[in-house]
Amino acid sequence: MAYVSGLRCRECSREYPAEALNVCDFCFGPLEVDYDYDAISQVISKDNISKGPLSIWRYQDLLPASGETPVDIMAGYTPLIKANNLGKRLGLNNLYIKNDSVNPSYSFKDRVVSVAATKALEFGFETLSCASTGNLACSVAAHAARAGMKSVVFIPSDLERGKIIGAAVYAPTLVSVDGNYDEVNRLCSEVGDNYPWAFVNINMRPYYAEGSKTLGYEVAEQLGWRVPDHAIVPSASGAMFTKIWKGFNELACLGLLDGVDSMPFGEDQNTVHHPAVVTKMHMTQAEGCSPIVTAWKEGQSHVMPVKPNSVAKSLAIGNPADGIYALRVIKNSGGSGTIVPEPEVVEGIKLLAQTEGIFTETAGGVVISGLKKLAESGAIKPDELTVAYITGNGLKTQEAVEEVVNPLSVKPTLSSFEEALSNFSPVGR
Amino acid sequence: MDSQRVRFTFESDDLVKEPVIYKLGQDFHLVTNIRRAEIGENMGWVILELDGEKEEIERGLQWVSSTGVRVDPVGGDVIEG
Repeated sequence: MAYVSGLRCRECSREYPAEALNVCDFCFGPLEVDYDYDAISQVISKDNISKGPLSIWRYQDLLPASGETPVDIMAGYTPLIKANNLGKRLGLNNLYIKNDSVNPSYSFKDRVVSVAATKALEFGFETLSCASTGNLACSVAAHAARAGMKSVVFIPSDLERGKIIGAAVYAPTLVSVDGNYDEVNRLCSEVGDNYPWAFVNINMRPYYAEGSKTLGYEVAEQLGWRVPDHAIVPSASGAMFTKIWKGFNELACLGLLDGVDSMPFGEDQNTVHHPAVVTKMHMTQAEGCSPIVTAWKEGQSHVMPVKPNSVAKSLAIGNPADGIYALRVIKNSGGSGTIVPEPEVVEGIKLLAQTEGIFTETAGGVVISGLKKLAESGAIKPDELTVAYITGNGLKTQEAVEEVVNPLSVKPTLSSFEEALSNFSPVGR
Repeated sequence: MDSQRVRFTFESDDLVKEPVIYKLGQDFHLVTNIRRAEIGENMGWVILELDGEKEEIERGLQWVSSTGVRVDPVGGDVIEG
């Protein structure tokens, strides 16, 4: 069962029943899920979690949808890899990669969509929907197929063919919108308000976003029930960034971290900070769309929207819904924000691939290049426990790294091969 | 009658001084209902509800955009990667 006590406005704290709502009727602030943590503390334990499925649903007591009949394509429980080669390159002795690129539809979106789809079925919706430039479309269409739901996926008309196929194969109703980014955005927002569909990041948003907490739970569990000193996280809307932090703090407050005493959550569950959670949350964004980090660098409490123009399209949210809350997490955790120049995004992809054998998409390139900057600046000390979150698979953005294809062209003779080999100088290593 | 929730962002002091919301009521016959706002020296944002004829809301929002004020849906971008 789900231990949801209702929804609450993050701005004015008005309470709402747990329905398909995302905006406060009074102040138009975002709604968040409130939990009955007293009840959760009676049932949750590390032992119970360890006996759960190898997916996000092992943490079902902390998710806002019932884990009894989840829409589960086995999202989550992805590898946490000790990155010795990359660590050596960066001067970090205790570096881990959370490789979420190996989820069923190849991005972390499977975590949030699995929760949203499960909740949508609970509410009785028959259609799952979203607007996306790639990862989210694939995940929504895949989960709808698994759940036997209809799906309607909106994409910009100029989306790359590879990404369209990745969603279309699950047979959603694919709507190609002819318009610029703002126009597509506005249309989809209106559609979300006017159709009786479960729009995962509109009317399902409070539940959907909670799925990202599992990125915090899993890392803590895989590290032996402790939190890292540093988390390096890519950001678009800022939601995942805030939810990883929330996940660490929930575990601490429930007494699930090793050697840590439980602590009451208090009135505002979303801002609770247990002193044992020492993780510094470092946000990385690409130069072509960095509204949250820019606000952090300028010391602003609000986020000025921008028009995205970045190779990291999965991070290209110019008007981030959770921007101000993500800013607060950076501040409260003692973390930082890093803007990665566009050319360094691809360098980050190549560095991870060539040191650890993990092919990430452009968002991962932003993380690795951001991590490199943090290591070089001394913000991360060599022996500090550091986790870099890789949230999507490189096969989705192959065009970004086409330059790496530079084969030895030979005739089918040994002499031709040996001549080519003698002239070959490996690049990128 | 129709209704729409929007966020206006004023990105310069010139725009902050412009009585955009007043003009929406005067020129497009829209009822404006401000729910939250923050106005600084050089920038500001307002979240409000607009009530009126659908065509007038669309015309009004086009006019607001043409002044340089950024218009976004409440709740941020809904297109995700």
